[in-house]
Amino acid sequence: MGKSLFDKVWDVHTVRTLPGGETQLIVGLHLIHEVTSPQAFGMLRDLGLRVMMPERTFATVDHIIPTDNRKRPFQDNLAEGMVKALKDACQEFGITFFDVDSGRQGIVHIIGPELGLTQPGITVACGDSHTSTHGAFGAIAMGIGTTQVRDVLATQCLALARLKVRRIEVSGKLGPGVYAKDIILHVIRRLGVFGGTGYAYEYAGPAIEALSMEERMTLCNMSIEGGARVGYVNPDEKTFEYMKGRPYAPQGDAWTKALAYWKSIASDADARYDDVVRIDAAEIAPTVTWGINPGQAISVKERIPTVDQAPNAAERSLVEEALSYMQLSGGHPIEGTPINVAFIGSCTNGRLSDFREVARYLKGSKVSSSVRALAVPGSMDVAKAAEAEGIDQIFRDAGFEWREPGCSMCLAMNPDKLIGNELCASSSNRNFKGRQGSPTGRTILMSPVMVAAAAVRGAVADAREVFSIRR
Amino acid sequence: MALAKIERVVGRGVHVAGEDIDTDRIIPARFLKCVTFDGLGEHLFKDVRFREDGSKTGHPLDDPRFAGASILVVDRNFGCGSSREHAPQSIAKRGFKAIVAESFAEIFFGNSIALGIPCVSLARADLDQLAKRVESRPDTVLTVDLVEGVVRAGDDLGWPLGIKPGASEALQKGLWDPIGQLLEAKDQIRSVAASLPYMRA
Ligand code: SF4
Repeated sequence: MGKSLFDKVWDVHTVRTLPGGETQLIVGLHLIHEVTSPQAFGMLRDLGLRVMMPERTFATVDHIIPTDNRKRPFQDNLAEGMVKALKDACQEFGITFFDVDSGRQGIVHIIGPELGLTQPGITVACGDSHTSTHGAFGAIAMGIGTTQVRDVLATQCLALARLKVRRIEVSGKLGPGVYAKDIILHVIRRLGVFGGTGYAYEYAGPAIEALSMEERMTLCNMSIEGGARVGYVNPDEKTFEYMKGRPYAPQGDAWTKALAYWKSIASDADARYDDVVRIDAAEIAPTVTWGINPGQAISVKERIPTVDQAPNAAERSLVEEALSYMQLSGGHPIEGTPINVAFIGSCTNGRLSDFREVARYLKGSKVSSSVRALAVPGSMDVAKAAEAEGIDQIFRDAGFEWREPGCSMCLAMNPDKLIGNELCASSSNRNFKGRQGSPTGRTILMSPVMVAAAAVRGAVADAREVFSIRR
Repeated sequence: MALAKIERVVGRGVHVAGEDIDTDRIIPARFLKCVTFDGLGEHLFKDVRFREDGSKTGHPLDDPRFAGASILVVDRNFGCGSSREHAPQSIAKRGFKAIVAESFAEIFFGNSIALGIPCVSLARADLDQLAKRVESRPDTVLTVDLVEGVVRAGDDLGWPLGIKPGASEALQKGLWDPIGQLLEAKDQIRSVAASLPYMRA
């Protein structure tokens, strides 16, 4: 029997098996940012350790930086302190740092691929759970904690238990107005928010192969929301095409060699999987969440679940808690639920193709007067490219604020926050209680085009109707 | 680096109810703005302990009957969501030495073990019994015993616990923080790195 990409990449990166049974796995690319990493340098200093391979770690700032006024020092002293702590540590330990004025700063999961740092067949670690994003290239990429950031800095390795592999095969073709975001929300809805625990998800099948690289990133990004620490797509011609000419991509002879390696690590046709799940793309509709975890999702045409529909007592209390927090009534359509805020951005959907796709439909429309709308490009590169195409102007004309790059209202560690119990239509990845900065703030996750439709209508709406999407 | 061998944790418990408690709820994002973890303990569960006006909601953590508890009893899929280690750190800094749940989110589990905090699971019915006991008799002394693989409450109650064998062994042998072992293999690390097509210096 053949091997999956996961098994192949795992095996070539294995240093040894540790006494406790875990694998000592080497990390090819280590990304760090200001929130979960500065503390790790403190731990290193306490232990008197150095960074083993500083050339394999790259740093940027994304989580806490303001998106309106980036003048230094930041108004928020704590934010300023964290950015400075990271910058100083990078200087001390010889690590490349993409600062706010570097022209390359952005959300860590957006700049890695953009710069060509993320490559097929490598292992990627970062102190952020959405590191699974990089799996779009056929890398084994996972989020780690700060202590593990310390481990990688000191040894370039992690101690990890091997994951099982579940292949998620999506056949057929997505309908008009249905995106990668809808696929992943659908997958999480079906398999549950912890259905992927202990697994790496391999996304495959015609509907996945048809996705662009950026859409594959959206898909892999939310693997962790389904409990899977790793999610990936096998590399193909689209992947190689994307890599070409990126600042850190191999060139000349190195390219030829890399290409041979990249082709060799894709899953074999007869690879062994621990589980296989099949989904028909035709059954996926534009999907929105109604609750307080990403698995609590329905198609925009469905009704909000009722407590009585829950199969058991535990589920019933979950539904009850979600409905009461979200102030929604079971049995009612989700469509038409008024929103207060629209947010397009984040490492899930803050890439050029996301803004392009929205701009296509948003042109000539106006955001409802009852909605505060924010567009936050994921990186300086995304911002520059979008601005060169005039996309920022389309957003501004429609009534969106066009901001500087960062995580922004995805987790609201910077000044971009919901106020009180505002309801936000969001292209981000988490709808947990209080996630968007207000302890009572509410989030409905959806694709960027659906966020735009909600912004225009002032309520959750079917983008296919709002924008006459028939393609 | 010699680490403590953690074979059992003994102390009083506190039950924090709720399925799928995510790391945002354990430590709200606004408290992540720190360059060290010291001082995180006081913000544990902050947003469910305090209302927006600053008044207390009567959370078990603020209930004097459970003051000084060192074993945290929770429900299913505890610690899901963001991988932030601030969550187990805030639990540790608050003085908790072990966590008992029906199940844990994977990253949270790994982060906690690496801090030397045993995370053990009980069957649902057993967990409910434990929670009931802690609530009705807060002074009950609990024991999370990794050697015997049981959680005990007082002298009369006990249930078999679940924990990944590797994690349990690591705790008991004092190998829960992997850095010592990882460092041992420096030469091997360099040679594997050199064998990778993309990592040659
Ligand atoms: S955009 Fe959101 S999910 Fe992504 S890295 Fe930033 S905070 Fe995390």
